[in-house]
Amino acid sequence: MSEVRKHLNRREFFSALTVGWAAFAAASAGLLSLAFRFSYPNVNFEPEMDFVAGLPEDYEEGVDERWKNGFGVWMVKQEGKLVAFSNICTHLGCIPNWQPTDLKFKCPCHGSGFYMNGINFEGPAPRPLERYKISLNTEGKIVVDKTKVYRYEKGQWDHPDSFLEV
Amino acid sequence: MKQFVNIVADPIYSFPITCVLYYYMLKYYKFFGSKKFAWTVTLIAIPVFLIMMADPNFYLIITWPDNIPITILIVAVSFFTWYSIHKAAINDTRQEEGEVPVEATPENREKVWCWPNLVYTEMFAIIAGTVFLIVWAIVFKAPLEEPANPTWAPNPAKAPWYFLGLQEMLVYFDPWMAGVVLPGVIVVGLIAIPYIDTNPKGNGYFCFNDRKFAISSFLFGWLVLWLYLIIVGTFLRGPNWTFYGPFEYWDFHKVVAEYNVNLSEFLWIKFLGTAMPSNILVREALGIVLSLGYMFGLPPLLAKTSFFKELISKIGMIRYYITIVLFLLMFSLPIKMVLRWAFSLKYIVALPEWELNL
Repeated sequence: MSEVRKHLNRREFFSALTVGWAAFAAASAGLLSLAFRFSYPNVNFEPEMDFVAGLPEDYEEGVDERWKNGFGVWMVKQEGKLVAFSNICTHLGCIPNWQPTDLKFKCPCHGSGFYMNGINFEGPAPRPLERYKISLNTEGKIVVDKTKVYRYEKGQWDHPDSFLEV
Repeated sequence: MKQFVNIVADPIYSFPITCVLYYYMLKYYKFFGSKKFAWTVTLIAIPVFLIMMADPNFYLIITWPDNIPITILIVAVSFFTWYSIHKAAINDTRQEEGEVPVEATPENREKVWCWPNLVYTEMFAIIAGTVFLIVWAIVFKAPLEEPANPTWAPNPAKAPWYFLGLQEMLVYFDPWMAGVVLPGVIVVGLIAIPYIDTNPKGNGYFCFNDRKFAISSFLFGWLVLWLYLIIVGTFLRGPNWTFYGPFEYWDFHKVVAEYNVNLSEFLWIKFLGTAMPSNILVREALGIVLSLGYMFGLPPLLAKTSFFKELISKIGMIRYYITIVLFLLMFSLPIKMVLRWAFSLKYIVALPEWELNL
């Protein structure tokens, strides 16, 4: 009876198999979670989503590009209203250029064109440029908040936060 | 003369011209596939190309490192298209005279071993391809541009050359259509070809007469839609994605009068002279009906024509419906292009509220 068995019986085999698979699954899950974590950056350099854009008097009639490179925002003053337009094309997300000679925003990717008031009129862009929330702080300076957008086709351009009376 | 070429190269003219040339290429494919035709065209094309190179604007666009592959592509595709049609013309003539195709003659039915005959050829092709790429990388330097800036885009912003056909498509469609649905349909459709094309003819030999429908519809999608759009996107699109002729200077201030209108605006404002209805589904009703009719109404109607009746008797109803849906989706591109050029039509169905535009 003291004979040492060289082989596992059926029950022992399945126990060993279960332990082995559990260990393998745990190791894989650990590795995968590390890989998943690796795909996110350690430091995020995204620009801030709201900024102070000076006094309403700083802006002249027409398109102002001073915040375009820093924050991706065009300030447009027209017909007594000051609005903050997103500089992202509503077709596929390229960055249009303001063309002062033709008085239009023109996208270099697929040729979409927008009037100064943001309305799309040529090329494939299906809807007007988006407005950002614009308001005055207690010091009377303009605050543009990019987390809130107002879309023309949804009738949101009448919203009091989508423009400033100047 | 250069002025004339600049005007004719505009897709409004060059697309119909390409379609007509394509039609005549297949109609007179035996003439197109003759050696005499190939030599004549080559001997005319070389001096014409050299004369065109003398133009500074043309020289600039042709020698731009990104664009050189397209020139190679044009030459290679022209040759291989001619070569297959050349072989097909020979076989079709033989079959009309009651002979077997060249590939079926006893001397061509001799079999050789894959190793070493094929593997050696592949080995050589791999080495030659690697050498070519290394030399290419040394000769044409990859440009080092300024750091990426999310608030600025180069003008024109061009996709890699193999995606320029897609970028051209995006000019006429909403991104989810031209960027997701149509490319997906192209891939799925190409995978589906062996399952929907059950014609046993043409198996192992070049031919045209035996598979007219299959060859002409495939070549239309490949040559007239895909390659033509790549060529337009590469050579004829300049700043602001405006059209520029091959000899035209890229003037950043070129103004093109364009004002695109949706079908619903045509219907309600221009035709009926009323305001747009506030209910968006009523507003787009005509476009929705037309689109649904095109995708679901046309296939049963086409099934009644004598041409497709014959096709159905060969491949069956299910294969017919898959084929015809792929066919209609392919033709939605030229239809949309022609409507844009002829009527400045932007979208047939325009529902920006739902991000749905056709």
